[in-house]
Amino acid sequence: MAEEPTEETEILKPFWSGVVTFGLVSVPVSLFPASRGTTLRLRMVDAKGNLLKRRFFGSDNSKPLDAKNLVRGYEIEKDRFVIIEDDELEALDPEKSREIDLKLFVDLNTLSPLYFERAYFLVPNGGSTKAYRLLAEILMQEDRAGIATFVMRGKEYLCAIIAERGILRAETLRFADELRSPKAIGLPERKSVDAAEVKHFTQAIKGLKTKTLDQTKLKDQRSARIIKLADKKLRSGTDIVQANKDEEEVEESSTNVVDLMEVLKERLQGKLRARSATSKQSNRHPTTSDLKSKSKAELYEMAQVKEVPGRSSMSKSKLIEALTN
Amino acid sequence: MAARAIWKAVIQCGKYQVPVKLYSAIEDRNIHFRILSRKDKQPVKGAMVNPETGKIVPHDKTRRAYVADNGDRAILETTELDALDPEPSRGIEIVAFLPSEQIDHRWYDRPYYLGPDGNSTAYFAFIEAIESSAMHGLVRWVMRGKTYMGALRLHQGYPVLISLKHADEVVAIEDLVAPGGADLNPKELEMARQLIGMLEDELDLSAFHDAYRERVLKLVESKAKGGPRLKLVKPSSKKPNDDLGSALQASLKSLKKSA
Repeated sequence: MAEEPTEETEILKPFWSGVVTFGLVSVPVSLFPASRGTTLRLRMVDAKGNLLKRRFFGSDNSKPLDAKNLVRGYEIEKDRFVIIEDDELEALDPEKSREIDLKLFVDLNTLSPLYFERAYFLVPNGGSTKAYRLLAEILMQEDRAGIATFVMRGKEYLCAIIAERGILRAETLRFADELRSPKAIGLPERKSVDAAEVKHFTQAIKGLKTKTLDQTKLKDQRSARIIKLADKKLRSGTDIVQANKDEEEVEESSTNVVDLMEVLKERLQGKLRARSATSKQSNRHPTTSDLKSKSKAELYEMAQVKEVPGRSSMSKSKLIEALTN
Repeated sequence: MAARAIWKAVIQCGKYQVPVKLYSAIEDRNIHFRILSRKDKQPVKGAMVNPETGKIVPHDKTRRAYVADNGDRAILETTELDALDPEPSRGIEIVAFLPSEQIDHRWYDRPYYLGPDGNSTAYFAFIEAIESSAMHGLVRWVMRGKTYMGALRLHQGYPVLISLKHADEVVAIEDLVAPGGADLNPKELEMARQLIGMLEDELDLSAFHDAYRERVLKLVESKAKGGPRLKLVKPSSKKPNDDLGSALQASLKSLKKSA
């Protein structure tokens, strides 16, 4: 496998980049996830509080394997594997790996959200945003969704392209054979029951009726309790390991919540592109102090433009180092 | 073949109870790969390592830490974390019944079917009552040491429970700003309207299937037999057409021809 992604950069780089097409119109886009997993990330440490990292070991157990020595394997029989490389997966359907070709448009209201698997925001990728805005506008006006299949990270997805508030979103849909039917589960045939019995429940439901959803009900209570416990320890100084002055560790402590939002906001406005273009034009090598003021997401983006090898596993300080060299 | 229930529970609806079994509504059709060492083609073992010393720290010697903004770490013992786990319970508590649009599908995570457990009278009465209410339930339950919030609604006449993501996990579209620019050309908008109108049809999900999955399996099969490595074909990348108007016009023309 090409790179061993860390949790943090995983979410900050596009999951997919390519074009959405309808007819002969193409809209260059990148896909970013619309949700970011749990917001509280606890780190693994040893008993003394040293931060640990996950590494992979082969059967000789001696040295951790680097990304170059890790491959993807499919088990064909017990303990026998066939290795499948990234580029082989892409070569299986190169078109669909780069293109979401909308050949079908459906009434948005006929899409059951039960089929929705995961949502991604589409951000315009390069040049003019006109085609992006045109597609978003017409989908909203007509209440339609575009349907297509495409390949992302070694898997084919069925997706619906939906526009809301001028922003395009891809909802990946479950294939028909991925959502079971009540019959396949073996649920019994519907049977009619005594009206009096139904009335009990009708009344109970009425008693539970509420007009609006109280969103605080969806708060992550467990994370809140963990943070409370940790805060108590931090204030009283029990079980605390002071930050060591190494910048890298401090950097990794920042959550990716703000970063994903930041990346989405900037990419929707095409900002990062403009910025990297200016730095290229001025033809001046960025200095460390130029870069220190930037967020890790911005630095990552710059590293992507410059195709810095191994960028996905770099800390902020490493990224700065690579970009100034 | 009938599916196996993954959990047994009792829905508490006001003062009435509905004993149910929970089934996953999702059929896992993904191809699962393992991570191998390139050298011996055998699965690797993951371990936590102290990057300073390069030494493996055995699982029972690891702890979890909360890292504060300044980098200070609060070590949390397993017993302390376990103490925060919810009490096990068989109950599915209905918090509220709401108009369906109140529980946004952006929070949907995983769907489960609910089937009757034992006598099905209460189960079917409950279904009928939900049907006539046209509302969705907001429910809470504890399964495998975790508290879930969920939406309770009907699908093809049967109750499904959909676990919900936490509110702060979902990026609210309201917090984002759409790309701006000059006003769109009304002529181009009209052509786009015609174009997607010509491509409009009803959605038949069964018409789509995962052809890629089949190709991956074929590739595996061929490689297992010692077949050649796949030749890589670089696809001709289409240049994005910057002239939107002419691209729309040409699209309409070619569609009309084929119609």
